[in-house]
Order: sequence, then C-alpha cells, then structure tokens
Amino acid sequence: MSDVKKFLYVNRRAPYGTIYAWETLEVVLIGAAFDQDVTLVFVDDGVFQLTKGHDTAGIGMKNFSPTYAALGDYDVNKIYVEKESLEARGLTIDDLQHLVWEDEDEDWAEKDSIKVVTASELAEIMSQQDIVLSF
Amino acid sequence: MTMLHTVNKSPFEKDSLNSCLRLSEDGSSILLIEDAIYAALEGTAASDSIKDAMKTKKVYALQDDINARGVKDKVMDGVEQVDYAGFVTLVTEHDTVQSWV
Repeated sequence: MSDVKKFLYVNRRAPYGTIYAWETLEVVLIGAAFDQDVTLVFVDDGVFQLTKGHDTAGIGMKNFSPTYAALGDYDVNKIYVEKESLEARGLTIDDLQHLVWEDEDEDWAEKDSIKVVTASELAEIMSQQDIVLSF
Repeated sequence: MTMLHTVNKSPFEKDSLNSCLRLSEDGSSILLIEDAIYAALEGTAASDSIKDAMKTKKVYALQDDINARGVKDKVMDGVEQVDYAGFVTLVTEHDTVQSWV
C-alpha cells in the first residue's frame, strides 16, 4: 500500500508527574489501528517511562506501564532508547521492561522490541521519517 | 527560622532543584516529590549535587512517588524516604515551606 507513512513518536517526558507520557501512549495505540509504519523513541526523561516495577497505588494514579507490553500486539515493534539518556539517569537496559513482539514471517518467533542506540544513530533514524510527533 | 523546600520537577528537565539548592540555607530541609524524586537516584547526572547538599542540608523523598516510578532500589544512601503522613509532619516541623514549582 503506497500511502503507508513512517510515523515517529518522540517521548521526552517522565511518567506520572505530567500527563504527557500517558497521552502519548494513547495516541500511539490509536495511530497503530491505522496500519502505519510506527517507530517510538524514548529520550531524555522519556526513558523513565519504560522502567520496570511501577507501583502507583500510593499516588492514586493509573499504572499505565503494563500497556507498553501490548505494543508488540499492535505491530509497534521499533522502539529506540537513547544510550546517552539512560547513562545520564543511572539506568541500563536491564532497568527497563523487556518488550517483545512476535515475527509472523519467522514462525512467530519472539523478538526484542527495544534497541538502545547512540544519539547519532537516533538522529539518523529520526531523519528518515515522514511524520514526527513530539511530546 | 527553619525552612522546608519542596521540589517537584525532574532535575534533568528543569533547573528547579539547582535553584533550590543554591537559595536554601544550611540546616534547611529539602523534600523531593513527584518527578523530583529522580534527583534522589544513585549514579545519575544529578547525584553529585544531592550528595553535596546532604553535607549541610537534610534531604527527604516521597516514598509513594518513588514506588510509582519503579526506582526504589536506586535511591541513594542518606536520602530519607517519607510517606504522606511524614510529608505533613515535615510541614508542621518547619516554620515556612517554599515550593519550587
């Protein structure tokens, strides 16, 4: 289909302190229903969205972090996390949720969705998109 | 006059924490809440400024905000975690409160 466009969603905000992270996730899921080529990137405080073990019982907010695990089912499987952002925040990929997707072309083999990339690699990925939505 | 300072913005996104640290007196208390709890984590670009502040000031962080963000295992030594009741107690124990919103 020729009208499939490359959509990039840029996540730069931490979860819970503001509504950006949750709203972005809603937009991504809605957008995924339109069969576009979707890429997500997490930079700056956005990397905190993907940390494991959220327990929001004490702050009276919905814990939306389990929803990230559903992205693979929506064919959202290109998720890039900037290495420099992780390092500045004392995080490694092991602190993040293990997000996977199943590859239909390889007998539903389970593959990792998250790739840690450098700033320059990310710049290249971002430059190859048709539409960039930044939150 | 004893002062309690609250900070609620991520140290990686806003300069509120630095302003608070620069403009608070020795002996005052600093309570990190909401996205500011990220300042209490070990091994970050903001860790050193908190460690430096803890030499002369008392630093607290709201436990519920830490738990919500999944980072409870990364909070640095010396930062005292308080719950909401502890937050209220801190407010009552100090003469004034400044919110670095």
